[in-house]
Amino acid sequence: MISFILNEKPVNTDCNPGMSLLDYIRYEAKLPGTKIGCREGDCGACTVLIGELANGKVDYRSVASCLYPLINAHGKHVVTIEGINLNNTLSPVQQAMADHWATQCGFCTPGFVMSFTGFCMNHEAPTLQRAIEAIAGNICRCTGYKSIERAANDIALLMKEKDISDPVGWLVNKGYLPQYFSDIPQKLKLIDAYVPANETDAQLIAGGTDLMVQKPDYIYEKRVKSTLNGQQPQGIAIVDKTCTIGGATKVSDLISSAELSLHFPQLKDYLMLVSSEPIRNMATVAGNIVNASPIGDLSVMLIALNAKVLTIANGITREQPLHEIFLGYKQLNLIPGEIIQHITFEIPKNSSQFSFEKVSKRKYLDIASVNSAMLLEMKNGKVENCRISAGGVAPIPSYLHKASNYMQGKELNAEIVNRTVEIMQDEISPISDIRGTAEYKRLLLRQLFIAHLQKFLGKRFEQVL
Amino acid sequence: MKNIDTIGHVTGKSVYLDDISTISGTLHAAIVGSAIAHGIIVNLDVDEALRLTGVEKIITYRDIPGENQIGCIIEDETLLAEHEVHYQGQPIAVVVAQTERIARKAAQMVKVTYKELTPVIDPREAKEKGLLLIPPRTFRMGNVDEAWNKCRYIVEDSVEIGGQEHLYIETQGAYAYPLEGGYIKVHSSTQGPTAVQKVVARILGLPMNLVEVDVVRLGGAFGGKEDQASGFAAMAALAAYITGKPVKLVLSRHDDMRITGKRHPYSADFKIGLSEDLKIVAYEATLYQNGGAAADLSPSIMERTLFHSTGSYFIPNTKVTAYSCKTNLPPNTAFRGFGGPQGMFVIESAIAKAAEAIGVNAIEIQRLNLLNENDEFQYGQKAENANARKCFALASEKFDLETLQKSIEYHNQNNKYSKKGIAVMPVCFGISFTNISMNQARALVHIYQDGSVSVSTGAIEMGQGVNTKLAQVASMLLGINISRVKIHSTNTTRVANTSPTAASAGADLNGNALQIAIRALKERLIKVASEILEYPVEELNIENEWVTHNGKATTLQWVELIKKTHLKRVSLTENGHYATPIIYFDKTKEKGHPFAYHVYGTGIVTVTIDCIRGTYAIDDVYIVHDFGNSINPLIDLGQVEGAVVQGIGWVTLEELAFDSNGRLLSNSLSTYKVPDIHFAPKSIQCIALPTLGPDLAVLRSKAIGEPPFMYGIAAYFAIQNAIKSFNPEHRIKFDSPLTPEKVLMQLYKGH
Repeated sequence: MISFILNEKPVNTDCNPGMSLLDYIRYEAKLPGTKIGCREGDCGACTVLIGELANGKVDYRSVASCLYPLINAHGKHVVTIEGINLNNTLSPVQQAMADHWATQCGFCTPGFVMSFTGFCMNHEAPTLQRAIEAIAGNICRCTGYKSIERAANDIALLMKEKDISDPVGWLVNKGYLPQYFSDIPQKLKLIDAYVPANETDAQLIAGGTDLMVQKPDYIYEKRVKSTLNGQQPQGIAIVDKTCTIGGATKVSDLISSAELSLHFPQLKDYLMLVSSEPIRNMATVAGNIVNASPIGDLSVMLIALNAKVLTIANGITREQPLHEIFLGYKQLNLIPGEIIQHITFEIPKNSSQFSFEKVSKRKYLDIASVNSAMLLEMKNGKVENCRISAGGVAPIPSYLHKASNYMQGKELNAEIVNRTVEIMQDEISPISDIRGTAEYKRLLLRQLFIAHLQKFLGKRFEQVL
Repeated sequence: MKNIDTIGHVTGKSVYLDDISTISGTLHAAIVGSAIAHGIIVNLDVDEALRLTGVEKIITYRDIPGENQIGCIIEDETLLAEHEVHYQGQPIAVVVAQTERIARKAAQMVKVTYKELTPVIDPREAKEKGLLLIPPRTFRMGNVDEAWNKCRYIVEDSVEIGGQEHLYIETQGAYAYPLEGGYIKVHSSTQGPTAVQKVVARILGLPMNLVEVDVVRLGGAFGGKEDQASGFAAMAALAAYITGKPVKLVLSRHDDMRITGKRHPYSADFKIGLSEDLKIVAYEATLYQNGGAAADLSPSIMERTLFHSTGSYFIPNTKVTAYSCKTNLPPNTAFRGFGGPQGMFVIESAIAKAAEAIGVNAIEIQRLNLLNENDEFQYGQKAENANARKCFALASEKFDLETLQKSIEYHNQNNKYSKKGIAVMPVCFGISFTNISMNQARALVHIYQDGSVSVSTGAIEMGQGVNTKLAQVASMLLGINISRVKIHSTNTTRVANTSPTAASAGADLNGNALQIAIRALKERLIKVASEILEYPVEELNIENEWVTHNGKATTLQWVELIKKTHLKRVSLTENGHYATPIIYFDKTKEKGHPFAYHVYGTGIVTVTIDCIRGTYAIDDVYIVHDFGNSINPLIDLGQVEGAVVQGIGWVTLEELAFDSNGRLLSNSLSTYKVPDIHFAPKSIQCIALPTLGPDLAVLRSKAIGEPPFMYGIAAYFAIQNAIKSFNPEHRIKFDSPLTPEKVLMQLYKGH
């Protein structure tokens, strides 16, 4: 039995735990305001909010309901467009969308309204940039977005007044959210923990953002177990220069981690290139690794950081370097049932620099043609440590051993850089596919390497070309 | 006046096809599509699929009671394949089951064996093999062969233009249910309810009066639901007819992308000749339209490509030939601009090529050759109220084109790895269906006894705001509050024989029909008022809900007037019929006056490319647009902004990829990228050209849907110009869309 609160009503359902939340909302709960656009998290028409109890309050985040397995809704507050409607008036988000004519055919509109509402309900400082980021996963084919930007501006301005320690309380007091939101924390506390079906062959699922795209029918029919039921580690800890990330940590948590951003000031910019906010609110770090995509953004970043993965199977744990976990296209060095528990890496020294580069057809919410990360430590004008990784240039996310090794101990000059580029080209094997021709991917990897150097060297970088 | 649908949209209460409350017992359908692009069906085995619990029926062409034919212009397209399949995804069978999930699963279990034939994907190859959908057509003016001698400069080149997926966010779908007496009702997400009605009647072998089609609104269409909604509606209706149960068919995104046709890719050759003073003297072009596997609307689209093949320019000697080529892709179809954008892309390419060869700025050639008043188009019509030069001049002045160009030069001189580019796109777009008989519409108006007004027309609301414009027309002309006016669903039993809402003409045609109905009603109401108040009719009017006498309110209020009119047994219902006057076209001569009027404008686009990564950003879009006397400036601005971003998407990100077997590779939103909020231009500034507007536009408010799409073409040339400033070896290429991949390769070609 899966239990949650849908808008103002408690729900108990025996529907398949692998059913998408979208199907539940539209066809079981008969709430048609949430729309179906693509069923792969790429359009945002099905965006809803998920509220989760934390320290007695409920935190809300936007998610793509098409990819959200029903099992993950247990114990949560699910909010659809019907659940934010007020009596005889519009919410500030709805009013701004109406004022600026930010809706034409209207089909994508509920998704935009929900993403914006998520922005209003979160704990961050409400800037226009954040408002735009909140809706960056929503596609509109009619307006050209300018009217939506104008609406975003109004919304961000109004939200400047909000109390970021208790945004929901503030919104309810202002009459911007229905009164029933005040009672949700109490109601959520009454829901018992989920009792997973005791089946050994159950399919493991985390955020669902890959499995629900690749094989939704299989997931629907199969008994599923979720890594997000509280038993798998979540969170980020940095102790003695070692960073440990729980496998079930969501990508959004990486962005909001103050500690991580202290060590990686650019991390937020890099992670903004990974899918969209609703997806980052669902996707887990371990999930991004085990889907074994040759262009997995997190895998590429973590390989350059020389991350290790700690896995557990049948009560036995083991540790292996991340780049060795990938054996071949979508093949992992894991046995059935083995779960990634933690990812660890050493925080780079103060003197080192880290860069991530990704080029895709569209900058945001797209899959890389080629991505690459590079860690560089210099000492006395020479390379002391260098690790270069790349995705999209081989069947797996690759650690470029040879290029990385070649650079050790070298000075950075044009000859060395050129030679590194040559070596790099020898250790990759890109193929032509929908993300680009092999020729393009080779050129692009060279260019991304140059882009890393540009970031590391500033204006001096032209001297090494 | 706000869009009347706004509140419903922002609260999620607006009803789209899949939101209609289903009748108990509703079944769901899924399509079995061809796995190959060309071949013969050797065997169709449905046994295993039929055994799946929940499957009710699997329908093939043999079950069709009427005629297995859905072709609209040419009868060359089956609803369900009989023996041969012509494209990947072509419907072969329809599975009907208790749930959508079961229907889709069973569809995958249907086993089709084929004898494969070699597919043709390339339009030039199709033409070589004689695979044409219709005979070629040529538009000409002057004598191009003699004119080449008078040219100082002559350049030639070839152009490749990609197609475009509509990507309406609401996929295609229909919901059909049988009512008593063999009558069937169909809810369809269509721009053309009459087209659906005709096709359903034909498939079921019913007279049209036993088929009712109803449309509330569409979640986007852009031309993709003008003709191609009919087949899906017919499948739902067929399934409902055969099973006797309500049947819903809503396409998954994957099915929608692989089965439906798109904007036509074109391939073209051009030759352009200019005089010493940069006047275009002669232009010759051959255009190969990739029509796909059936005619669909391709013949009309090819015709509009010809109409717009000289763009906004006067060219005294032309010869433009177009071939509509039959290939093994899904039948390509209408998409905002309807072939016009491709014709314009080729002439703009020719101008850009000439500018490069001569060593001048393309903007100079554009400016010098814009249409003047009374200049003749190659199809015989003369340019009247030709605003091409006015728009161009106002854009140059208001946006200070010269300074823009200089600041871009300055940026490029001072940045090695960041380059900017600029290009200008003048637009001249003809308004009317080029099929003359389609330029007609009807409006049915009832005034009820409480004074509320009910309007039905043939117009489909798909986000363009036509219902709001119609409500404005009704309330303005009746002199009453707009809240009294209800625009009803588009329904074939209320308004018959409608043209699709397309060609930017929905508001003009239906609005003019509505005006005729309202004026007739108002005349009767004023006559009644005159009898009551004992003033002559010519001194009476209705304003702000009151009957007025010489502009002053009388004692007679709207509701009272309506009650009394009814008591006097005067009809409160009127049907207005409108047919666009003036227009005609003689296809034997390819001359005539096909357009009610033209819409003009000038767009300027600036871009920045990152020369390390090959990525680019669209910076600013500046537009002067000829709206006429806009009835709703904010709706029209929304159309401009949306269209230009869609146009930019077409020439930049939006890449349709097929493999050599005719399989669509870009078959999802993760592989086909449309502009998102970050990709949209940083700013779009749009100024209205002050004009009165033409008589034939509804209340002189010009058609708006399609023309601004073509401003987006400037993005292509702006990026090309930026590449040139990084790579001096680069020679301008005409291969749209200009993806980041092509940009990077062109930046480093020769490096």
